[in-house]
Amino acid sequence: MAHRVPAVSMRHITKEFAGKVVANRDVSLDIYRGEILALLGENGSGKTTLMNMLSGIYYPDAGEIQIDGKPVNIGSPKDAFDHGIGMIHQHFKLVNVFTAAENIVLGLKEKGRFDLAAASERIRQICDAYGFDVDPNQKVYDMSVSQKQTVEIVKLLYRGAEILILDEPTAVLTPQETDKLFAVLRNMRDDGKAIIIITHKLHEVLDISDRVVVLRKGEYVGEMATAETTAQEMTNMMVGRQVSLNIDRPPVEMDYRMERIRVKNLTVRNHDGVVKLDDVSFTAYTGEILGIAGISGSGQKELLEAIAGLQPVESGSIEYVVDATGPTEEVEQLIGMDPIKIAQMGVVLSFVPEDRLGMGLVASMDLTDNMMLRSFRDGTSPFTDRKAPRHLAELVVDELEVNTPGVSTPVRRLSGGNVQKVLVGREIAAAPTVLLSAYAVRGLDVNSSYLIYDLLNRQKGNGVAVVYVGEDLDVLLELCDRILVLCGGKVSGIVDGRTTTKNEVGMMMTKLGGGEA
Amino acid sequence: MFDIVSFIPRAVAQSVPLLFGSTGEIITEKSGNLNLGIPGVMYVGAISGVIGSFLYERSFSDPSQINAFLGVLIPLACCLLGSLLMGLLYCFLTVTLRANQNVTGLAMTTFGVGFGNFFGGSLIKLTGAAVPSIALSATSNLFRRSLPLASGMGWFGKVFLSYGFLAYVAFVVAFAASYVLERTRVGLQLRAVGEDPATADAAGVNITRYKYLATCLGCMIAGLGGLYYVMDYANGVWSNDAFGDRGWLALALVIFTIWRPKVSAAASILFGGLYILYLYIPSGGNMAVKELYKMIPYVVTIVVLVFSSMRNMRENQPPESLGLPYFREDR
Repeated sequence: MAHRVPAVSMRHITKEFAGKVVANRDVSLDIYRGEILALLGENGSGKTTLMNMLSGIYYPDAGEIQIDGKPVNIGSPKDAFDHGIGMIHQHFKLVNVFTAAENIVLGLKEKGRFDLAAASERIRQICDAYGFDVDPNQKVYDMSVSQKQTVEIVKLLYRGAEILILDEPTAVLTPQETDKLFAVLRNMRDDGKAIIIITHKLHEVLDISDRVVVLRKGEYVGEMATAETTAQEMTNMMVGRQVSLNIDRPPVEMDYRMERIRVKNLTVRNHDGVVKLDDVSFTAYTGEILGIAGISGSGQKELLEAIAGLQPVESGSIEYVVDATGPTEEVEQLIGMDPIKIAQMGVVLSFVPEDRLGMGLVASMDLTDNMMLRSFRDGTSPFTDRKAPRHLAELVVDELEVNTPGVSTPVRRLSGGNVQKVLVGREIAAAPTVLLSAYAVRGLDVNSSYLIYDLLNRQKGNGVAVVYVGEDLDVLLELCDRILVLCGGKVSGIVDGRTTTKNEVGMMMTKLGGGEA
Repeated sequence: MFDIVSFIPRAVAQSVPLLFGSTGEIITEKSGNLNLGIPGVMYVGAISGVIGSFLYERSFSDPSQINAFLGVLIPLACCLLGSLLMGLLYCFLTVTLRANQNVTGLAMTTFGVGFGNFFGGSLIKLTGAAVPSIALSATSNLFRRSLPLASGMGWFGKVFLSYGFLAYVAFVVAFAASYVLERTRVGLQLRAVGEDPATADAAGVNITRYKYLATCLGCMIAGLGGLYYVMDYANGVWSNDAFGDRGWLALALVIFTIWRPKVSAAASILFGGLYILYLYIPSGGNMAVKELYKMIPYVVTIVVLVFSSMRNMRENQPPESLGLPYFREDR
């Protein structure tokens, strides 16, 4: 295929941050029209940085970018637009208080009067052509994640983008929404557009891409045609050594299994008075991983926070079974209890919110200090003990392979995946009886994800009741013993992780009780 | 008896500096810059105009001989230039050097008030007058000139036509600002910069340019408020600290109107009325009560702040990135 001219050619690109962290070193890759290229790599391997240089957010320190064979200088996002390059970022670049149409025309220098009605008409035409469903007059803050993503794609098409970059587009979508997105991407490919998709989900790479380029630690490792490779081969290239791709699921020790948390008829409203949890009941057992599936925003956050005592509850009860072996069951009511007391009982929350640093860790503090957030109340001395947290930090760095210059580095400087490892590592070190974890592997690469699954399984083996809120259905199905499916704040059903199917859970996520939509 | 026909013109006269100040600050805040230096900027705008017209008047042996056109243009240009320099200073510190906006703004207010009083004091020394003030009556007459037919039209003329040209400019600017913000491409992009600069940047909007232009323009508009106060409201008399806390009231007005200049056109008259209400409420000879009445605008501001923070509509929130510096390669 040497005769084809690549739509984009990146030559020997190098980028450093603050003169120290090398994000990309001497990376070269080509993208052709009518092709979907998957860019694969672990966290911090420089996929997003590389693409940001193409879309004008960053400027390369060295190297050259060519469009249709001609060298170009992309100094700003505007330059990128002028060359037909559009990027959809992991965190959507949309103004919340604007309507879809306002967001789409933002930054455009069209001739003539500013006319939103005409723009809306053109947006409708694009939507009809590719099969999108967008209301130009809807405000972004009223939209679901998938709608926002659609607006992003329409925005690029409206600007006549020929080269589209999507940064982990499926991270927040349900399987059904993902299928819809992929169908649209294939449409656009057949329309002659060049598409780059950044991901670390191997089955998606296999599903959608024509060619795959692998990056490791900021460097180009290799590329191959998707049809000629396997998930195992790609993983090995990505990690640099042989990795097992199966998630373990040790059997539940039924003899020792006992009830740990009993949630009955739980109803929760958020600040605006919207019902986020509606009459939710379930039981979490010791030595078991209970998965929670649902479209993002179906009440997962509120559920975990209610158990941890961080969320006011309207009605219902949450019981913590202290000891069920004696003649009479010893039970504590968690509602109304102080979060600190709940934590002391062994209920820990490791919640990884969308911005990762929002809850749990303080960005500007170093690893040791962040470990201390859990332990600073211990002891009676007026001075805090810094030694133990320091050891803990070193242990977490060691065991979870956190990529950091040292334990005195502010958490902010670490890449997303490493931040998550620090958070999860700290929570597990607290030797919990209940481990509430949400999106523990969000944005983590294969290698780190498996480390986390391993940690969760070890906790399960220790008799901890693990509640795992996840986004990737494949993982939920492989890891969890039982899966509770939430749909709009209601329990859509509880299924056995060993016997259910992805389709069944997907249906239940979108429709109460599942069934044909 | 409450004399509404004499009350309204006085309330409007009070409202004009507030309206200039709040319109300028709204434009600034829409770009994400929280300029707490507005009170200082209004001082600098006022004293710059005073210096200009003082030097111009002094170049005539009989100040009443001054050229009407230059007599207006010189103080106006000086005022705009002084406020523009303040705006550039603020932008250089907060946008280019990414200094903390609150600290920068407060420092500029302190600086601006000091600057005004220092040069005001110097000019007073130059005149050698017995009273601690400068009277620029010739210039003031130009600024206060209203339509000649206003006096012949009874209450209508008094309420609507009795003001100097800067008062009308204030209202025109406020409505024009509203139109630009809501209806034009430039306004859309400016709002995007204040809401979510990363998004605007990715959409190809030049963040630095918008922040500089909006902030400097905002400062120039606010500066006119200071000029109006001296030349029109105070009859061309500058005395130190006379402008008082109107700058802060303008900032409160920004929140009161939930960032809408056209609402500010009416709200500023309300605030102006409250500001002078104590003169119209019979309190006998009891001065203490009068002092209490002077609190009314501030009490109203506090009450409004309580209510506006309770209403939780997304459109009524301050620009999302207000007060935050923007750096594209920030990780």
